[in-house]
Amino acid sequence: MATLSQAHPGPGSPANVVSLSRVSKIYRVGSTDVKALAGITMAIPSNRFSIVIGASGSGKTTLLNLIGCIDAPTDGTVEVCGESVTQLRDDALADFRARNIGFIFQNFSLVPVLTAYENVEYPLMLLGMTASPRRLRAMAMLEAVGLAEHAHRFPNELSGGQKQRVAIARALVKRPTLVLADEPTANLDSATGASIITLMRQIQAELKTTFIFASHDAQLISHADDIFAIRDGTLLEHRVETRQ
Amino acid sequence: MNLLLKIVLRSLLRNRRRSIMTGSAVAAGSLALLLFGGFTHYIFSGLETGNVQRNGHLTVFHSGYFLFGDGNPAAYGISDYRGVMKLIRADPVLQPMINVLTPTQSVVGIAGNFSGAVDASKTFLGIGVIPSDRERMRLWDPYDTRAGQAPETRMVDTQESVGLIGFGMARVLGLCGPLRLQGCPPMPDMSAARDDKSPVNADVLDLANRDTTAQAGTTIDSPQIQLLAATADGAPNVVSLMVAGVERQGVRELDDNYVIMNLPLAQQLVYGRGEHKVTGIVLQLERTSQMPAARARLATLIRQHRLPLEIRDFSDLNPFYGQVVRLFSGIFLFIALVMGMIVLFAVVNTMTMNVMERTNEIGTTRALGVRRSGIRRQFLLEGMLTGVIGAAIGSLLAIVVSLAVNHAGLTWIPPGNAQAIPLRVDVLGEPGLIIGAWLGLVLVATLAALLPANRAARLSVVDALRHV
Repeated sequence: MATLSQAHPGPGSPANVVSLSRVSKIYRVGSTDVKALAGITMAIPSNRFSIVIGASGSGKTTLLNLIGCIDAPTDGTVEVCGESVTQLRDDALADFRARNIGFIFQNFSLVPVLTAYENVEYPLMLLGMTASPRRLRAMAMLEAVGLAEHAHRFPNELSGGQKQRVAIARALVKRPTLVLADEPTANLDSATGASIITLMRQIQAELKTTFIFASHDAQLISHADDIFAIRDGTLLEHRVETRQ
Repeated sequence: MNLLLKIVLRSLLRNRRRSIMTGSAVAAGSLALLLFGGFTHYIFSGLETGNVQRNGHLTVFHSGYFLFGDGNPAAYGISDYRGVMKLIRADPVLQPMINVLTPTQSVVGIAGNFSGAVDASKTFLGIGVIPSDRERMRLWDPYDTRAGQAPETRMVDTQESVGLIGFGMARVLGLCGPLRLQGCPPMPDMSAARDDKSPVNADVLDLANRDTTAQAGTTIDSPQIQLLAATADGAPNVVSLMVAGVERQGVRELDDNYVIMNLPLAQQLVYGRGEHKVTGIVLQLERTSQMPAARARLATLIRQHRLPLEIRDFSDLNPFYGQVVRLFSGIFLFIALVMGMIVLFAVVNTMTMNVMERTNEIGTTRALGVRRSGIRRQFLLEGMLTGVIGAAIGSLLAIVVSLAVNHAGLTWIPPGNAQAIPLRVDVLGEPGLIIGAWLGLVLVATLAALLPANRAARLSVVDALRHV
């Protein structure tokens, strides 16, 4: 049953994994300034399956990029996992991403020269984990997404659904606080998309990881705990779904 | 295997054709550098060997001889040269370095053939040597550049009036027939042009025969020439030289004037019945690397004993050596620069294409938490590996080609030489060259990757992820 709510709970609360305060993002395209986000203030609760919806060009991807610390706001502050990331330098942001954030991309974005297993192992290497626990963790994650038998295949030997499963395993293997997924089902057929959503939902429930999606996918929206609707770079509404 | 290295190696293999082309450019650079470097080194070794065989490493002269002595060698003779040689030979520092220590006497004058139908004369540049010492000097060949050179047996210490002349000198003096020289045209019959034997030439012949006793063992067929020179006192003197054969010289001017004789004969010509001196005391060392130490020690000895002597090395005596070394070094540097540029552009081009093709991958890995420095390292490593593998293949090819050339039995006549010597490319004997070329090309390849690697590292993560 769906209920409508405004900001649940408020920005800055420890229960929020992401807090944005008056965040603007302006891109310069040629000689024109394009306002992707216009002073948006919002908070995303932790351990939830949240989705950002909106029309094309509404600022969904920009919002996810800012939350994912791969882009910087023109104005305002962004707090992720309790840390203000706006002032962090590039190396510190890279380290922050390595520790706290997992990414799932629309086009899977696996490293083509690494096998499925090595792609999953990669984030753990960036964290400096030693070989033995790294191997165990990566294989366990591949098993969790049902790809243990394809561990030594390269991305070009996998189907789209299998690639996205590897991407999910890669995003979750380091047990991040936050997983960001931009249109994760856009390049999959509906059956595969549904299975991927179910998989992510299961893992989220098991690992208590916060998932934030940007998507138009109705299936995905139907699974969301929090729905953030944005338009023209501003937050239109925050709807909290209650499930029984 | 380290994951970064795995990514780099597999990326190189993934773009196999491009990697092979770039690696081939590096290999070709390495091959060209090593082959030319090996050939250059062999030329340097050959020139050094030739010079040291003829002139030794160091020569002790009377002060001023080097600058002014050619005009009047007799005036710059070293008195008590045996004492000086004894001093050098007895020195504990010099003794272990010396291979040959021998005196020489330079002489300039007029050589004439006034016997029989021929009546010809010309100026000569002569050198008096001790044949056994000279033969030992000719055996000096630490670089094995002239393997198989026949020993010179026509001059011996005991036959003091026997000597050799240049091929050109033999031709001018009409000795082609008597010496049975191949390719030497006989002198045209000029008897119609002269009335009678010149009375001056007859006097010279008579004077020479008076002072020269026939040497036991000299072949009766050996032609004889007369050498006329001014003694140290300025008086004319003449001796007879039994010509045992010719010794071709690489430079025509020298070949037309060259006379080599036994030291006592040269001394008799220059000093007559006066004190016999020499113009130079030649030191041939065991190794050229000992030259600075030997020179310094000699200078100390000369200073300590207040001797009016000066020291010159073989490059002073033969500026041609330094000129050739500088010329070939310049060419080598030029080739190295060209090869470096080719490798630089090849690697820059390949790495730029790699960065463009893998922009999305760069964005992904940056999003996963790889720092800018990690991206830079990855592409630098890729450039470096291209250099490492390409240069290694080039080095191996150069070694194989050099061995093939060295075993092909090819010969060549280097500038300034009269005889053909084996053509060799000395790559294996030059580990410094191999390591230097390899390191240089790896460095160039790595530096070439720096620009694209920096570009990759500076990419915005968002822009990179958007790149299709």
